[in-house]
Amino acid sequence: MLHTTHDEFIDTALKPEACDAPNDLRTREAGFAANVKYLVVGMLFGIVFVKAEIVSWYRIQEMFRLHSFHMYGVIGTAVLTGALSVWIIKRFRLKTLQGEAVVFHDKTFHWGNVIGGVLFGLGWAITGACPGPLFAQIGSGFVVVIVTLLSAIAGTWVYGLLRERLPH
Amino acid sequence: MLDVIREPWPWYVAGVLIGLTVPALLLLGNKSFGISSSLRHICAACLPAGIPFFQYNWRKEVWNLFFVAGVALGGIVATQVLRNPASVRVAEPTTQALQELGIAVDGKLMPTSIFSLETLFTAKGLVFFVIGGFLIGFGTRYAGGCTSGHAIMGLSTLQWSSLVATCCFMAGGFAMVHVIFPWLMPLLF
Repeated sequence: MLHTTHDEFIDTALKPEACDAPNDLRTREAGFAANVKYLVVGMLFGIVFVKAEIVSWYRIQEMFRLHSFHMYGVIGTAVLTGALSVWIIKRFRLKTLQGEAVVFHDKTFHWGNVIGGVLFGLGWAITGACPGPLFAQIGSGFVVVIVTLLSAIAGTWVYGLLRERLPH
Repeated sequence: MLDVIREPWPWYVAGVLIGLTVPALLLLGNKSFGISSSLRHICAACLPAGIPFFQYNWRKEVWNLFFVAGVALGGIVATQVLRNPASVRVAEPTTQALQELGIAVDGKLMPTSIFSLETLFTAKGLVFFVIGGFLIGFGTRYAGGCTSGHAIMGLSTLQWSSLVATCCFMAGGFAMVHVIFPWLMPLLF
């Protein structure tokens, strides 16, 4: 019985359709015109990344050596701002532009959070980048980071290939 | 005004703007913030290879690819238009620690002694681009998200598993810098 529950739990956490950054909009958005607003948000986000030097390999080194408050300040403020925004959206039942109710997802714990988390942390310190900054580093002229991005895509692909054999 | 924008932005400005991405995406179109998913969508679009994990309608998630294309574009704008002529300042103890490892602090955004095309086919290239990138892609997908999906979106919605994941990201980073770097870097520099 315990086994079934565990399997079901793994299944909901890992079912192929489950996306970690899902699109919950019911209104259909097709083509460039409907999606260009996400490109604009991404662009503003990328500008912040570079202007606050979050994409800098040196800033990540400072963070992991506890020699600068900068990155802790950025992440801390971002979480507080995000949490406050989510609270406001829930409290006042704000709707999306299309008039739909905003959808939130609970993330279920699995051991991948730990094992995968540590592996990503190792890569973060080597490259000085998480997935977002990778794109911004390429944009700021470090074209060789395209190789890092391709390797990250390969890593994701290998995870997909091995997923059922990995502990979760 | 433009001068103020050109200077490095303080953490509280950057933090607030990054945090605002969460409500911006939710209110613009019910999108949960998360960047590493884009890597999965690229796999699903380009090389699904019959793997169940890549069998889903990636076209529904195409917004995420627009978002990361925007991030790259933002990198271009920030560097070309809002360029800061001054060199990047690095904390003194970090500068010293890196110099002891043989990595020169050169005032650029990234050390050019590592992040240039000349190092691509060397041992440095293998470590910094190939292995580093692989760990990012494999690790984030295994963890179910990265700094944006877990540390920002997950913590903003008070997800316990995201707190665990975020602590593990940090643990991995500390281990790399303090345990692995001291013996790995002398082999490369």
